[in-house]
Amino acid sequence: MQYLVSVLHDSTALATDEEQAAIDVFNDQLIADGHWVFAGGLGWPDAATVVDNRGDEAMFTDGPYVESKEFLIGFWIIEAPDLDVALKLASAGSKACNRRVEVRPFL
Amino acid sequence: MTVTEAITRAHREEWARVVASLAKRFSDLDVAEESAAEAFAVAVERWPVDGVPPNPGAWLTTTANRKAIDRIRRESKRDDKHREARMVSDDEPLEPLGAIEDERLRLIFTCCHPALARETRVALTLRMVGGLTVPEIARAFLVQESAMGQRITRAKAKIKAARIPYRVPSAEDLPARVSGVLAVLFLIFNEGYLSTGPDTDPVRQDLTAEAIRLTRLIRTLLPDDGEVAGLLALMLLTEARRPARVSAGGDLVALHEQDRGAWDAGLIAEGHRLVRERLAAGVAPGRYQVLAAINAVHTSARDVRDTDWSQVVALYDQLGRLDPSPIVALNRAIAVAELDGPDVALAAVDRLDLDGYHAFHATRADLLRRLGRSANARDAYDRAIELAGNTAEAAYLTRRRDQLAVRPS
Repeated sequence: MQYLVSVLHDSTALATDEEQAAIDVFNDQLIADGHWVFAGGLGWPDAATVVDNRGDEAMFTDGPYVESKEFLIGFWIIEAPDLDVALKLASAGSKACNRRVEVRPFL
Repeated sequence: MTVTEAITRAHREEWARVVASLAKRFSDLDVAEESAAEAFAVAVERWPVDGVPPNPGAWLTTTANRKAIDRIRRESKRDDKHREARMVSDDEPLEPLGAIEDERLRLIFTCCHPALARETRVALTLRMVGGLTVPEIARAFLVQESAMGQRITRAKAKIKAARIPYRVPSAEDLPARVSGVLAVLFLIFNEGYLSTGPDTDPVRQDLTAEAIRLTRLIRTLLPDDGEVAGLLALMLLTEARRPARVSAGGDLVALHEQDRGAWDAGLIAEGHRLVRERLAAGVAPGRYQVLAAINAVHTSARDVRDTDWSQVVALYDQLGRLDPSPIVALNRAIAVAELDGPDVALAAVDRLDLDGYHAFHATRADLLRRLGRSANARDAYDRAIELAGNTAEAAYLTRRRDQLAVRPS
């Protein structure tokens, strides 16, 4: 069972050196325990382009698909047998990156 | 016992174990709940004709199992997927009876999982463990039946999609998770004890009884947990006073005016026994145990004048250290009024930031009345009546206010 752990953020401040170091430790642990699938940080919503090619030609719109104070700044995809394990890992992830995270199961 | 009584009794005693045993076998709360409901519907049809089976629980579990298998077969045919078909054989032996308590416990922990919203946990527990129907739960919580149905359906879908595990938490997680379960049971009890809303009965005995029954169940499963014992004692000592709590006219009767002879002596004895058992354990008590001890002091007094108020205040001090909330401070002040006088209590109450809470204004009103400040008391009663959600409580406050009105202020 895989879960997406999204990292929520509301400013363009980068992770501090301390946060980055804690994230590295957390990632190493995920890999060591067999939970690691993939992870990545994302560019600011300013760097987003929305593409809509449902009509005759592709439309490109500058900016994110939804305007909100908070946005996605990074994510982990983890492997976990159930939600209890996923929530434990997400709690450790939240602590490591010092941000709120959202856990959603893959179908 | 008539057939109807047998069905009612089986529903009360067997619902949770039928649902729990199906949930374990099929890992699907939807299938478990709907098949259990179908099995009871079959019982309503068959038992008056065939007679009550010698072992109603086994009969219901077997019937529900068959219904579940039919349901999964139908669904896998319709969806043209067969991954669930391997579970669909009827010759699998049923769980031995000894494991049943653990299965119900698993069910309760699943329904009270912290990843579900608090009100969803309450609804799901009442449905899956308590066996209340969706319309009954909707009525209890004053929401539309369709909205309550959706809430329960969404919760079951989340449990399945997010894979909320169907198990008792590990020893390391258990204390935190038990406290969540107790909070749900206490919410159910309180909604029964002080029902909110203009159209509900002021006391919902079905809900208080259900909360007590589920807490008793938790206690048989976790007999050494002090807070479980404390919550059970608290509920029993509160429930014991219920017969004296609402007047014939439908007004709430305050503790000091209650006919103590009408209190349920059996429940009080059981509650006191639990409180003594916790005291003897010599372990620092949690919130429910202290609340139970406060109720034990009240229910030990033959008359309100015999109440050991200094002990009540000391217990509220202890509670305040565990739970430093303004509501605890408010309740402490009520006891302080008996010990040190209404002026001391009012000074404490006026420091609290609880303007939106009806009991804050009701307490102020009572203290102001006792201090002879009728005009201020009347304003406070008005505000309390405005905020009171319980019909009997509003009637009581209105009566107290109108008693003021006849005296010159």
